[in-house]
Amino acid sequence: MGEVIVITSGKGGVGKTTATANIGAGLALRGYKVALVDADIGLRNLDVVLGLENRIVYDLVDVAHGHCRLKQALIKDKRFEGLHLLPAAQTKDKTAVKPEQMKEICLQLKEEFDYVIIDCPAGIEQGFKNAIAGAEKAIVVTTPEVSAVRDADRVIGLLEAAELKEPKLVINRLRPKMVRQGDMMTIEDIIEILAVDLLGVIPEDEQIIVTTNRGDTVVQDQRSRSGEAFRNIARRILGEPVPLMDLERDGNLFTRLRKIIGLR
Amino acid sequence: MLDFIVRFFQRHSLGSKEVAKERLRLVLVHDRANVSPELLELLKNDLVQVISKYIEIDERGLEVTLDSSEEMVALVASIPVRRVKRAVKVASV
Ligand SMILES: Nc1ncnc2c1ncn2[C@@H]1O[C@H](COP(=O)(O)OP(=O)(O)O)[C@@H](O)[C@H]1O
Ligand SMILES: [Mg+2]
Repeated sequence: MGEVIVITSGKGGVGKTTATANIGAGLALRGYKVALVDADIGLRNLDVVLGLENRIVYDLVDVAHGHCRLKQALIKDKRFEGLHLLPAAQTKDKTAVKPEQMKEICLQLKEEFDYVIIDCPAGIEQGFKNAIAGAEKAIVVTTPEVSAVRDADRVIGLLEAAELKEPKLVINRLRPKMVRQGDMMTIEDIIEILAVDLLGVIPEDEQIIVTTNRGDTVVQDQRSRSGEAFRNIARRILGEPVPLMDLERDGNLFTRLRKIIGLR
Repeated sequence: MLDFIVRFFQRHSLGSKEVAKERLRLVLVHDRANVSPELLELLKNDLVQVISKYIEIDERGLEVTLDSSEEMVALVASIPVRRVKRAVKVASV
């Protein structure tokens, strides 16, 4: 029996879809069977981020309405053994699926997959409610900005109210240089404010744009910092105590934080 | 060296992240207070219990609110006192 994890944030554009694709690919690289579900109905993106946009036949709404079997809608990613995508519908809207239907689809998926990862739409309305309906765990993505952290706080409250306790935090687009200059909130600042456990930190990295342009993931890129950060997150999800990587290279700013994660 | 120290501190005092943190702290106090009137209700019940050990109060007249100005948020409690208990030397726990 697999595990259903929703990736959410409240605010749009903070990196949910990027995180879903890369964490999913990272888990597949470790040999696990992974299903990615694009719950952003009407604004589907996960397919293009993964470079699978030309292979869609059926989608989530077709499955929910019984127009096809679940198996028929799943797209197998040929680059990663074990990675599959259930795409969102592009022409419908968020009310096309009901929370009960999402729950049922997640139940079916986790019978076959080790990890079911749901890419949540922005906002806290129907699309959010659908996306979290079948989830057992939640990852909240934020960037080190006031608006994103504020929305993350709101979402954490809603997740806890929905019995998705102890969501884990991913801080995306951190710029170590700005942190050093005192112009960006630190990892510690954000954790202290949100009072949640940290799952990982992704640095701002042009390589993400480059790989996304090609429909590739950055986890495949052995040299990129963000790729390493995503691989580390995948390993932490698998229960390995991976220390926070040294975003500064010359270090010391992050050494104290190692403890937080290293002890997990 | 002195020059370096001065610049170091200047840079830090000018850093925008402290401003961000402070604004975030305030906005979250407001957000969280709005989201959870239940929390104030729980706090009220606990306050009644603690205060009643020392002072007899009118529970129904008790008011607890979060009062906010731009600069800060204060927890304001208005507690009508009925009677102060006599000679409480050691608080019983
Ligand atoms: N760490 C990063 N460094 C640079 N660009 C990033 C990073 N994370 C995300 N992006 C870019 O930010 C944009 C929004 O990301 P996306 O994953 O689509 O956000 P969301 O799904 O939350 O709306 C994309 O163009 C993506 O390539
Ligand atoms: Mg998205």
